[in-house]
Amino acid sequence: MNVSLDWRNIAVIVVLAVLVALPLYVAVTGDRFMLTLFTRIIILALAAMSLNLILGYGGMMSLGHAAYLGIGGYAVGILAHDGITSGFVQWPIVIAVSALFALVVGSMCLRTRGVYFIMLTLAFAQMAYYIVAGLARYGGDDGLTIYKRSQFAGLIDLSNKVQFYYLCLAFLFGGLYLSRRLINSRFGMVIQGSRSNDRRMQAIGFPTFRYRLAGFVIAGTMCGLAGALLANHTEFVSPAMMYWTRSVDLMVMVILGGMGSLFGPLFGAIALLVFEEALSQVTEYWQIILGPLLLLVVLFARGGIAGLLTSGRHG
Amino acid sequence: MAEALLRIEGLTKHFGGVVASDGISLAVPPGELHALIGPNGAGKTTLIGQLSGEIVPDAGRIRFEGRDITALPIYRRSALGLARSFQITSLFLDFTVLDNVALAVQAHDGHSFRFWRDAREETRLREPARAALARVGLADRSDVVVANLSHGEHRQLEIAMALATSPRMLLLDEPMAGMGPEESARMVKTLGELKQELTILLIEHDMEAVFALADRISVMVYGRVIASDFPDKIRANAEVRQAYLGERETAGGHA
Repeated sequence: MNVSLDWRNIAVIVVLAVLVALPLYVAVTGDRFMLTLFTRIIILALAAMSLNLILGYGGMMSLGHAAYLGIGGYAVGILAHDGITSGFVQWPIVIAVSALFALVVGSMCLRTRGVYFIMLTLAFAQMAYYIVAGLARYGGDDGLTIYKRSQFAGLIDLSNKVQFYYLCLAFLFGGLYLSRRLINSRFGMVIQGSRSNDRRMQAIGFPTFRYRLAGFVIAGTMCGLAGALLANHTEFVSPAMMYWTRSVDLMVMVILGGMGSLFGPLFGAIALLVFEEALSQVTEYWQIILGPLLLLVVLFARGGIAGLLTSGRHG
Repeated sequence: MAEALLRIEGLTKHFGGVVASDGISLAVPPGELHALIGPNGAGKTTLIGQLSGEIVPDAGRIRFEGRDITALPIYRRSALGLARSFQITSLFLDFTVLDNVALAVQAHDGHSFRFWRDAREETRLREPARAALARVGLADRSDVVVANLSHGEHRQLEIAMALATSPRMLLLDEPMAGMGPEESARMVKTLGELKQELTILLIEHDMEAVFALADRISVMVYGRVIASDFPDKIRANAEVRQAYLGERETAGGHA
């Protein structure tokens, strides 16, 4: 595969290099906050990337994707609360639970289209939200503090901020590589064909439902893992992390960064969270500035940040 | 007559008070190019929809190679070798021409739960796709994004996609709609070649093309097949001329 040095590839290389080198910068300056901020950015970029798989490539407009963050987070939180802190137990359970939830939700929602699909995914996510909020034993509305991060038998220490950062980064890189393989595979072609023209896909002989459902489950599982990372990062889970506005945040990252672009969600997550951080120091009404900005992206730069970088290649 | 490849028996479909298919019976033997003509609103596209599986009939049977396919889902019929093209161009506009056809090839090459290999580098998908494109005369347009093709090229691609599913029978819904004379002539030539190998059910308004290509012609009016015969007989059939041409004048107003 040819890798030409257009603006987008340069941006990707720079961003990835900065992410890899960040702990070095932190070690020199002692700016611990940057490490915390970028750990969060990387985790949410992973979540946004998983949403991009179904939203950007599959055309499935899920408005309930944050539910998987919450499910992954709560799987870790609840197990830790009950004394099971081994990551080798926790994380397979995270994968199983989020995959199962996606399978149930997807098998119902994917029978519908358009607005109905959006509303159904939202409804399921809100259902999960209220169930979690009702778990009095696990903090209910107030959430649940995680006193011990996932243990991996001494192989890696998640309480070490730098080790944890690199673990998250490894997940991000793994997610990027996996997404790339997936998108270009036969499976990926089916998912994208179905976004483009599902009727025709069936006419040429694809039972599209099962492929879209598989995509939905893969995306949900990936987001569940992001949730497990997030829970370890904040050492706290609460129903708020799966409220529907969190789903919107993920969607904003995808749209801002560039739907259906491999690196778009990463760009989007960085842009949104850095923007949020910078502006919230100026005013607590930072969303007043973000709103119009998003409007501009939707109106004039459909491809988001990734799209802008690509079209700038001739400049 | 030899055993029919496609046999329709008493196919009926209502949409509210409108009878779109009114007890249609039709048999197409293997190797035949069977044309279906009739005024707008006669129910031709509805019939194709029922044959391909997009529309569920209220009553009647559809048999393909002797097998009852009335209740089979769309993709299963495609797998049996029944391929349709669409009256209104229905393609993957944001894909390249070759990607479109390769996807049709892929649909008939086992399941697609293959997550790793780059599908665009699989010769077993790309080669048959290129061959199908060559047959309709689009070989040199392989890498163009479909949204950038002309209308005539879209129609050619429609046929290539149907061909790429290695069908036994093609259901073609107005493949020449909106084409200029040159493009039409080219399409007639393509269909003439395809007819050597495939059974075809052709809906078309271009009578010149229909009479040039068809082995037999069925005439539909108001959801009924009022005549089904050889082209010469159809041309001479007074009832057909009256019904079809008469309908055409009144149908023009609300079509």
